[in-house]
Amino acid sequence: MKSGSVVISKRIDKFFLKLNDIYLFVLRFFKEAFLPPYEFREVVNQCYELGVRSLPLISVTGFIIGIVFTNQSRPSLAEFGATSWLPALMAVAIIRALAPLVTALIASGRVASKIGAEIGSMKVSEQIDAMEVSAIKPFRFLVVTRVLATTLMIPALTIYTAFVSLLGSFININQREETSIITFFEQVFEAITYLDVFSSIIKAFFFGFTIGIVGCYKGYTSSNGTQGVGKAANTSVVIAMFLIFVEELLAMQIINAIRFQ
Amino acid sequence: MKEIFSKINHQHQVISIRGLKKSFDDFDVLKGVDMELRQGENLVVLGRSGTGKSVLIKIIAGLLKADEGTVNVLGQEITKISERKLDSIRLKLGFSFQNSALYDSMSVRENLEFPLKRHVKNLSRKEINSNVEMILEAVGLLQAIDQMPAELSGGQRKRIGIARTLILKPEIMLYDEPTAGLDPITCIEINKLINEVQARFHTSSIIITHDLTCAKTTGDRIMMLLDGQFRYNGTFADIFAHTEDERVKLFYDYNFVE
Repeated sequence: MKSGSVVISKRIDKFFLKLNDIYLFVLRFFKEAFLPPYEFREVVNQCYELGVRSLPLISVTGFIIGIVFTNQSRPSLAEFGATSWLPALMAVAIIRALAPLVTALIASGRVASKIGAEIGSMKVSEQIDAMEVSAIKPFRFLVVTRVLATTLMIPALTIYTAFVSLLGSFININQREETSIITFFEQVFEAITYLDVFSSIIKAFFFGFTIGIVGCYKGYTSSNGTQGVGKAANTSVVIAMFLIFVEELLAMQIINAIRFQ
Repeated sequence: MKEIFSKINHQHQVISIRGLKKSFDDFDVLKGVDMELRQGENLVVLGRSGTGKSVLIKIIAGLLKADEGTVNVLGQEITKISERKLDSIRLKLGFSFQNSALYDSMSVRENLEFPLKRHVKNLSRKEINSNVEMILEAVGLLQAIDQMPAELSGGQRKRIGIARTLILKPEIMLYDEPTAGLDPITCIEINKLINEVQARFHTSSIIITHDLTCAKTTGDRIMMLLDGQFRYNGTFADIFAHTEDERVKLFYDYNFVE
């Protein structure tokens, strides 16, 4: 029987080998992204598949979040007679945190799992090998295009989510406080700064990259037939979500350090 | 039995393998394999499941790396060449996968157009269409041109898989278990197609199989892989007519149950 220390040592080895594998995968992405032939058409296809097709879900979720957060924040402000601050509060909450985070989490569920399952099933059914033997670079065609698409589309979707959430928030405020749309958006733009907007967009780029690379890595390295495909889809979502929260935490520290300099 | 194809060039080897070894973890799959494929011939590699037949053609196609030995394909030592040179060799290889490996998200037409558009530049829409239609006609599936892979039967998928490799006019065809999982009638059709491809496109082929009917029908020459090495090399009759090897006898008896 193996002793506990041997088992632990093997697990540590395995962990670091995996980490090295992921590092090489990311490195390969950057290497191949800049090498011709460029798959522009496939990037556009993927932007449509992964970005545009996420719009209905993002619209509904973003809108509901705007309404719910406004409704939940109102009592706290009402205690101090400060409900007029609701548009400013919601603007800060939505632009700084909610829009990028909600977009990324929804995309993790929808996009990372889709990428993981799609590439995973191509891997186990030898479609990736078929590309390889046809001298078509599967990494460039499948991985680079999808990671670029998510990296470009998540920031765009974040801006859209912010707009839809603010719209939901406005409708709620308009009904209860009868605030006009002009007043609402005046307060919104007064409350947010360039740093809020740009930091959120940059954060969304990182979220998008994470979603794409995690989905592709899990799909590209999947094995064990259909079971492996299911596992790839599932772990893509879990790991992408976990990393997004870690990135959000790190980004918050960095942005706050800049803000309070 | 198939007549030996008259156009085989016995002097010219398109593939030459020497001392090829490949292991997975502690399991030695190929233990020093030597073989050659002559121009214009259909070479059948016979062997039981797990004997490394598919590993052999995956090494030839550059999908797996050899541990030891030399693999010369069309005059190039593929274990030592750059990725770019390997790609240029791959364009002359056609690989028909066991499960066809058709791109699920593309129609039959798109499956065939995909490699064509990437590797043959400046083709007009008309030329692409005529190429695709010609190849589909050759495999007898022109009517399936706008169908999706999921709508095709196993035999049709095999044919489309072969058609996709033929679109780039390869010099060498590698068939991985072409009749696996097919009914006997479809097997006969696929065997016939393999011979038609050889005759019409003048390809040299390696056919990996454990199906003796396929071997007998398509093979100009047969090599038998046993215990990680080629033990027999010759025509179907040479190997099976007077064999004393129990493993070969067992193989024959299993395939041709009286």
